[in-house]
Amino acid sequence: MSKFLLELSYLIGSITFIVGLKMLSSPDSARKGNLVAAAGMLIAIVATIFFHEKDGQPIGNIPWILAAIAIGTVIGWFMAMKVKMTAMPQMVSFFNGMGGACAAIISIVEFNAHPEGSAGYLLTVFLGLAIGSVSFSGSMIAFGKLDEKIKDIGASYLTYLNLALLALIFIVLGVAVFSAATFGHSVVWILLALSLLYGVLFVMPIGGADMPVVISLLNSFTGMAAAFGGFLYNNQVMLTGGILVGSAGTILTILMCKAMNRSLLNVIVGSFGGGGGASAKGAAGDQVAKEISLTDAAITCAYAGKVAIVPGYGLAVAQAQHICHELEKKLEEKGVEVYYAIHPVAGRMPGHMNVLLAEADVPYPKLVEMEDANPQMTSTDVVIVVGANDVVNPAAENDPGSPIYGMPVLKVWDAKSTIVLKRSMRAGYAGIENELFFLPKTKMLFGDAKDTLQKLVGELKDL
Amino acid sequence: MSEFFLENQSIIYIVILSILLGIEVISNVPAILHTPLMSGANAIHGVVIIGAIIVMGHARSDDYLALTLGFLAVLLGTLNVVGGFVVTNRMLEMFKKKKG
Repeated sequence: MSKFLLELSYLIGSITFIVGLKMLSSPDSARKGNLVAAAGMLIAIVATIFFHEKDGQPIGNIPWILAAIAIGTVIGWFMAMKVKMTAMPQMVSFFNGMGGACAAIISIVEFNAHPEGSAGYLLTVFLGLAIGSVSFSGSMIAFGKLDEKIKDIGASYLTYLNLALLALIFIVLGVAVFSAATFGHSVVWILLALSLLYGVLFVMPIGGADMPVVISLLNSFTGMAAAFGGFLYNNQVMLTGGILVGSAGTILTILMCKAMNRSLLNVIVGSFGGGGGASAKGAAGDQVAKEISLTDAAITCAYAGKVAIVPGYGLAVAQAQHICHELEKKLEEKGVEVYYAIHPVAGRMPGHMNVLLAEADVPYPKLVEMEDANPQMTSTDVVIVVGANDVVNPAAENDPGSPIYGMPVLKVWDAKSTIVLKRSMRAGYAGIENELFFLPKTKMLFGDAKDTLQKLVGELKDL
Repeated sequence: MSEFFLENQSIIYIVILSILLGIEVISNVPAILHTPLMSGANAIHGVVIIGAIIVMGHARSDDYLALTLGFLAVLLGTLNVVGGFVVTNRMLEMFKKKKG
């Protein structure tokens, strides 16, 4: 009977994951979808604790399990509730790393308890360990990078080192599976160390602009690691949940790469944004960007017919989404048509800007995606770029030497004029110069995005 | 080869159908929902916690390494699940508010 209840719960869990994921892909049902999946997860967890049996033995150590769950729940809840909207990508990366670590530990404990078995069993255990560890250490590096605690280190030798390390992991794994006696029990620690190191070195040289792709990729890695756990225990809910995330995550990763017009291989091997100095043309020294005063900027916008706002990471950092919405409302009061032109990878994650602007109650129809925004640029009078840089860089279209060449960008230079809100003339996250700032139609408005927007709204009130 | 296939037939079915399902579900997602979706998927792979519970639940009471690691695995898995779902919910809450 308990076996039946367990399998039934797993079936329910699997279905809720599929339905939940499906609902998550439409704005109207997304929130319900998340709750549906969470409910399914709860059912599967409770059923495991009460009904799971292995060789006739029920689950033991229940007080300890419940204690671990209680502690995890409190910490997880607290972290998730406290985190600022701007730090969301890091948070996702962090939780992803926790899942990876969990998968790796399962393999370690399982191997220590049963070091012998068929090749299939060993392969499952070792793959779960390797993928879980890479996902853990990689996610932690991505977390550190997005939090700006870890700097990029771009070095071309890392690419070769990584390939060699990856080959070594596969060799150790292969030998451990097919000739188990070679390493003895210590193989599990060797694999753990190699995989952790690989995760670090794999993410290290990848530039910040590509971090969304990396997080998505690591997300699908953890999915796969969970699926190997499913193989290990012949556990259907782990299997379906893990594979679902593994495949969905891979597709999402590819979609993101497409949005940047690059291949996944290019992102991983291409050490983007690390070096790049050689091809960055037009040093800031010999070109002068024109500044515009607040009053002039306010007047330009107030008497425009159509204004586009291009948000970027600067908006997120300055927490300027609310005041940005304020500006938009003020302009509309003055009869200006306002829309937001959203680049798919603006910010640090796809959809990052949408989440932020949604927080500030900006209505959906005002958020225009890149493909629809670009044709509108020629009829737009003023583009206000708020803390975006690489996604409005003309070099992506006209400088084949630029590291971002070929990436689709918002063609703000097609508009009649552009006002760029920026803290300083520093290069963007990809570490390259932006020719846009020196175009005759472009004016710069220096300062913190929130502060500047606030003053701009003030000026508009006085007009 | 044929033996392996016949023995694991149902698993192979589950794997392939799940892969196709994952691709199908993601393919027509608007870019607006990429972040919440990634976050939601992140919470779902927290299902790995079930493996942690099994490992912990069947660890021998004198195997302190297994007990310690098992405890840690359950804790980290819970972080993934709870944190993942709560963060996703927070993101989506903001989408909902606006419609009213």
